[in-house]
Amino acid sequence: MTDASINTQVQDGEAQFGDFVALLKPRVMSLVVFTAAVGLIAAPVPVHPFVAFCAILFIALGGGASGALNMWYDADIDAVMKRTSKRPIPTGRVTPGDALALGLGLSGASVLMLGLAANWLAAGLLAFTIFFYAVIYTMWLKRWTPQNIVIGGAAGAFPPMIGWAVATGGISVESVLMFALTFMWTPPHFWALALFMNSDYEKAGVPMLTVTHGRTSTRRHVFVYTLLLAPVALGIGFTSIGGPLYLAVATVLNLLFIKGAWDILRRDEATAEADKYRVEKRFFALSLLYLFLHFGAILAEAVLRPWGLGGW
Amino acid sequence: MQFREEHEIHSRKRSMNRGVGLVLAAFVALVFGLTVVKVSNLDFSEMPGAEAPASGAEVTQ
Repeated sequence: MTDASINTQVQDGEAQFGDFVALLKPRVMSLVVFTAAVGLIAAPVPVHPFVAFCAILFIALGGGASGALNMWYDADIDAVMKRTSKRPIPTGRVTPGDALALGLGLSGASVLMLGLAANWLAAGLLAFTIFFYAVIYTMWLKRWTPQNIVIGGAAGAFPPMIGWAVATGGISVESVLMFALTFMWTPPHFWALALFMNSDYEKAGVPMLTVTHGRTSTRRHVFVYTLLLAPVALGIGFTSIGGPLYLAVATVLNLLFIKGAWDILRRDEATAEADKYRVEKRFFALSLLYLFLHFGAILAEAVLRPWGLGGW
Repeated sequence: MQFREEHEIHSRKRSMNRGVGLVLAAFVALVFGLTVVKVSNLDFSEMPGAEAPASGAEVTQ
């Protein structure tokens, strides 16, 4: 057989480097990097810049590892859903075995290296985050309960807490509130997405709230969780990592978010379908900005503090 | 002698090898950097087995 006779189609296991990078969910990693960095910088204990850089890198790699394990386990679901059908495993660019090996290898390496670079509490929190996302959420909750997003959201909420633990070696009310902010934000964010991507989840048999309880109930849930999120977001403003700037940003954002959720609640399906879910899509986009600006404001307070401008 | 035309699989493998090589080199650099930072911040007087100051070294007023 000559080289020219080799099938030109993509072969199993003949992945490029970028395919393995895609397994780590780079977009999710960017959120992990940002929130972990904010947790680390907002902490009252200074960290050597190189140690901080390494710690954030290992936290990001741990998040990436859990993404690879998620793609390994969910390959059957990903193949059915339009949004995920181009991922490396459903397209055959990466074999499931390679994805599993990458996920497990990176999990062990990232936890071990974080423990050596920072401390073992931070490493333990990272290990728990990977376990929570890969086992509790992906293998158990996602296919079992419509509350999958609510409980599974904890996995994405740990990075600022880990960043704080890297600096302080402990857990405090500030780090718990940063965790709670992302945790409470996740349900309205994903349910808004599910409202305009419903057919995908239905096809894959994932028990999203929109599939099991209907869209009217999902709209109610979005509104209730948005109301519950507001006190958590505003509460951060009165702790040592908050300040006037944070409180002003949080007040404006929460008013806008509640207004968006109220608009979603008031709509019926006919109206939503008529304008192609314009309000739901706008709320989803606002939710991305909401989280980014809250953590951005915490970061701004921390950066301004040495000049006597940040904090109370 | 005619050289064989390079197949797409060869370029894919090369991209993979380069990527893995860069990751390994970066990992070595990180471990080296971490070691330098950790060792230079180490307080040797608190190490177990560190010698206590000799009594003759006491500062007299």
